[in-house]
Amino acid sequence: MQRSFLVKFFTILLLGIFTNAQAQNDEHEGSPEEVSLKTKIKESIDHHLLDSYDFIFFSDTEKNKHYGFPLPVILWDDGFHLFSSSKFHHGETVAENNGNFYKLYHNKIYKTDAKGTITLDDHHHPTQVKPLDFSITKSVLMIIITGILMFLAFAGMAKSFKRGPIVTGVGRFLEPIILYIRDDIAIPNIGVKKYKKYMPYLLTVFFFVWFLNLFGLTPLGVNVTGNIAVTFALALITFIITQFSGNANYWKHIFWMPGVPVPMKIILAPIELLGVIIKPFALMIRLYANIMAGHIVLMSLIGLIFVFHNWIGSSLTFVLSFAISIIELLVALLQAYIFTMLSALYFGFAVEEHDEAH
Amino acid sequence: MEKLINDFSFGLFFWQMLLFVLLLFLLKKFAWQPILKALNDREEGIKSALESAENAKLEMENLQADNHKLIQEARIEREAMIKEAREIKEKMISDAREEAKSEADKMISNAQDAIESEKKSAITDIKNQVANLSIDIAEKVVKGELSDKGKQLKLVEDMLNDSTLN
Repeated sequence: MQRSFLVKFFTILLLGIFTNAQAQNDEHEGSPEEVSLKTKIKESIDHHLLDSYDFIFFSDTEKNKHYGFPLPVILWDDGFHLFSSSKFHHGETVAENNGNFYKLYHNKIYKTDAKGTITLDDHHHPTQVKPLDFSITKSVLMIIITGILMFLAFAGMAKSFKRGPIVTGVGRFLEPIILYIRDDIAIPNIGVKKYKKYMPYLLTVFFFVWFLNLFGLTPLGVNVTGNIAVTFALALITFIITQFSGNANYWKHIFWMPGVPVPMKIILAPIELLGVIIKPFALMIRLYANIMAGHIVLMSLIGLIFVFHNWIGSSLTFVLSFAISIIELLVALLQAYIFTMLSALYFGFAVEEHDEAH
Repeated sequence: MEKLINDFSFGLFFWQMLLFVLLLFLLKKFAWQPILKALNDREEGIKSALESAENAKLEMENLQADNHKLIQEARIEREAMIKEAREIKEKMISDAREEAKSEADKMISNAQDAIESEKKSAITDIKNQVANLSIDIAEKVVKGELSDKGKQLKLVEDMLNDSTLN
C-alpha cells in the first residue's frame, strides 16, 4: 500500500512537472489550438468520472457523433416517468415525457420548460428542481452486469463442488482467493467462533469491489467504485452490520471505557462515538478517492500523449501510462482487499469478547 | 466536500443498495454456503485421512513392538524350558544311579547273606558228613581191631594202661 502510494505520488509529481513545462511552452507560443485540446481533455476526464445516462464507447467530436447505446431513464415526478435517454440527444435537447420537460445539465436531470431554460444561482447551481432519479445509468448497468457475472461464476463453482471435492473451471482460480479471505482476513480478525456469519458479506464485497475496479480499467470507461454513492452504500452496509452485531463489550468500550479513570471515560465517550462514524466514513472515502485518483492519473497520462506533439514526449508518456495501468491493476486488488480487511476488522471489534482493559 | 455532496446521486445509491443486498442474499444461498461447506468438508476429510494414516502407522509400530516382545518372551521361555529339561534329565540320571546303587547294594548284601547261610549249612553238612565218616571209619577200625582176640585184648590192655596212667 505504502509503495503504490509512493509510486502514485511520484507520478503526480512528474505529471506536475510535465504540465508546468507545457504551460511555459504555451506562454511562449500561445497556440489557441493546444489550449482547446487541453480543455477538451479535461472535459473528457470530468465526463468520464461521472455517471451517465447512456453507454458511449467512443465519440467522434468533429462530426459530433457518439457510438454507444441509450439507457432507460426512470424519474419520480408526480408519477413515474420512463423513457429512453436517447431523447436527451446527449444533453443537447429537451426530453418530453407525459407533458413534463427535462434537460441534462452537467450530467444531472433538471425539470424545465419546453425551451429548456436553466437559470443559475450565485454558486453556479441551477435553480430548477431535480426530480427523484432512479434511472438505469451506466453505473447501475455495470453493477447489474457484475452481479450477474458473479452469480454465474460462484453458483457455477458451487455446482462444481457438488460433483466432487475438486473444483473445475474458473473456480480453480477463485478457490484460493476464497480460502485466503477465510483464513487470512476473516478468521484472524473476527475469530474462529464467529467468522462464519460474516463470510458471505466479506466474500461478496471483496469480489464485487475487485471486479468493478477491474471493469474500471477496461476501455469501457466505467467508474463505478470511484463513485461516492456506491462506496457510501458499501460503507453503510458495513456500518449497519457492525452496529447490529455489536455486543455488550463493544458498547461498553464506546460509552464507558473500562480500565481508565472516570474523567477519561467522559472524555473518551464522544471520541469513541465519533470513531464509530469515522471508521465507515474512512472506508467510503478511501475506496472512492483511490479509484478516482487512479482514473484521473491514468486518463491525464493518456491525454498527455495527445498534448505532446513529438516522438519522445508521447512515447515516454505512453510508457508511463502503461506502468500506471499495471499499478492500477494492483490497486484494484489492493483496494478490494483493504475494504474487506477493514470491514472484517470492524466486525471483529464488534464481536470481541474479553474483560481485560486495553 | 461540496462537490462530493453535489456529485452524490441518490438513484445510484438506491440501486447499488438494492442490487448489492439482492446479490448478497442470492450468492449466500446459491454460492457461498455450498462453497464454504464443500471447502470445509474437504478439509475435514483431508484432516481425518491424515489422522487415520497416522493412527495406522502408530498401530503398525505397536504391532511390531508387540511382535518383538513376543519373540523375546518365546526365546526366554524356550531357554527356561531347555534348562528345566536339562535339570530333569540330570536329576533322573542321578536318581536312577542312586536307585541302581542301592538296589545293587541290597542284592550284594542279600547274596552275602545267602552265601553265609549256604556256607554255614555246607559247614554243618560237612561236619555231619565228617562225623558220619569218622564213625564209619571208627566202626570199621573197631571192627578190624576187634576181629582178632589177641588184638582185642591188647587194645583193652593198652586202654587200661592209658587209663591207669591217667
